[in-house]
Amino acid sequence: MKVIEARGLRKEFVVRVKAGAIRRQKRVVAAVDGVDLAIERGEMVGYLGPNGAGKSTTLKMLTGVLMPSGGDVRVCGFTPVPQRVKLARRIGVVFGQRSQLWWDLPLGDSFDLLRHIYRVPAAEHALRLDRCRDLLDLDAFMQTPVRQLSLGQRMRGELTAALLHGPEILFLDEPTIGLDVVSKQAVRGFLAELGEKGDTTMILTTHDLADIERLCQRIVVIDHGRVVHDGTIQALHDRYRSRRRVIADFDEPIQTDIRLPGVELESSTGTRLIFAVDEVGPLISQLTQIGSLRDLSIAEPEIEDVISRLYLSS
Amino acid sequence: MGLVTATTDRVTIRNFAEFASLIGAIAASGFRRFWTYRQATVAALATNTMFGFLRTYVMLAMAALTPVVAGYTGPQLAAYVWTGQGLLGVVMLWGYADLADRIRSGDVVTDLLRPIHPVLNYLAVDLGRAAHGMIFRFLPPVAVGVIVFDMYLPQDLSTYPLFAISVLLAVIVCFACRYLVNASAFWLLDHRGVVMVWLFVSGLFGGLYFPIRFLPQWAALLIWLGTPGPSMLQAPMDIFVERDPFRVQLAIVGVQVFWAVLMLWACHVVQRRAERKMVIQGG
Repeated sequence: MKVIEARGLRKEFVVRVKAGAIRRQKRVVAAVDGVDLAIERGEMVGYLGPNGAGKSTTLKMLTGVLMPSGGDVRVCGFTPVPQRVKLARRIGVVFGQRSQLWWDLPLGDSFDLLRHIYRVPAAEHALRLDRCRDLLDLDAFMQTPVRQLSLGQRMRGELTAALLHGPEILFLDEPTIGLDVVSKQAVRGFLAELGEKGDTTMILTTHDLADIERLCQRIVVIDHGRVVHDGTIQALHDRYRSRRRVIADFDEPIQTDIRLPGVELESSTGTRLIFAVDEVGPLISQLTQIGSLRDLSIAEPEIEDVISRLYLSS
Repeated sequence: MGLVTATTDRVTIRNFAEFASLIGAIAASGFRRFWTYRQATVAALATNTMFGFLRTYVMLAMAALTPVVAGYTGPQLAAYVWTGQGLLGVVMLWGYADLADRIRSGDVVTDLLRPIHPVLNYLAVDLGRAAHGMIFRFLPPVAVGVIVFDMYLPQDLSTYPLFAISVLLAVIVCFACRYLVNASAFWLLDHRGVVMVWLFVSGLFGGLYFPIRFLPQWAALLIWLGTPGPSMLQAPMDIFVERDPFRVQLAIVGVQVFWAVLMLWACHVVQRRAERKMVIQGG
């Protein structure tokens, strides 16, 4: 069952540019330019794109805080803007650079207030909160005012706040921005566990591709307001012929002219050879024959490489 | 406009208890929020009390010239000053920037993602803050006034509940005015100019600098009926000092009800326009 359906989604903004000493000219800029999106219940989708590509604008249209200039969109069966309040009960939103917590109050008080605002039965609320407390390790700072929390602690609070009413869809706009490694891992681990249960659909925008690799099977890449890729990470690698790298270190400097199908020598510096390969097996058997092999390592294709190639090509 | 403005659930008899519990919970959060800033409360209290002394001596100097000034006796003027100094922290005439700060930071967008009308949400927080103000900002200066000066206290028991109702209405009217001042940031971003005008006009029309009744009758009537100013400060003060007979006190509360309804409606309209701006222009 599709929980998000968008067809030809557009958002245009009018910008005024200087056209003389006083004169300003109006220019229409399409931030989102005909996005089609269909997301099934339980999917975890990474929504990627360079700065200014239209990611946050799309998310705002899907959550009902921004009116599309064109196209159709349904989220949980609702048209987001006119039915925003009804939709708000069915979705959770985390903006990495915005806070939905009450700044002056202890974190626990924010959760209690949200229970009233979303009219969640006390037992249901307690159950969800207990789970978040366990998984996100909240107990140490439940009574700390939000203004005194570290960024990592606050983000764990934001995630909990977005989930306490049991949303069907969780929108995450750069949830790991500015977090240290430990906090990032905590957030990713939590989201991965949430995703495994399969009853919460997640849309994640981020610039941290490790988030995507860890969490999302499907990625949608947007650039200049248009979808330039919609599929699995593997499909993206296939499309750009991303290849694994074989790094071979020899005891002595070595020259080679290995010619195998699907193997390309990328660099040769003294005792180290680096190959880009489609298949590892044939190359390794060749390498063992040409010299005294000291060390061998295989590096999986980097998602950063393929994404940057995609951004550049679009 | 209706197309882009989401509506919240209507309050019915069936869900009234749930609604009251929601407002109570948000108001309690407003109370707790201000309870955390105890040093700031003490500092504000000290300032209010100091200015209470200054203003009382000025008023008493006037009262020394003539026993009744614009319908107020000396002790009534003292009560007017001290209740006014106390109510300043209850209605929170100045220093409110919650909404404007959220507009500037962009956090206001999360207000739209909650299933509650933003005006109601902010009002409920403000009611909790006012309850805190009533205990910690109103009672201490009034106690100082009673102890140090020959200050008038209501003689008629019915004045007390009427005063409580009038304070509640004053808080609502003042909140609505502050909300509108803050909401100007939706269009201006930097709303300091509007705040400067508000600082001057609210004190003047609210009857803080001097009772509006000091003005010629036509001007006083114009300000009472034509502006929300007296309804957010002078009304409860006049009721407390029992300057007028009971039926006039009731009329004063009636005027406050009128302004409370009108100003909340204005907040609702402005909020809808602001949402329209945000939602369509992405402001």
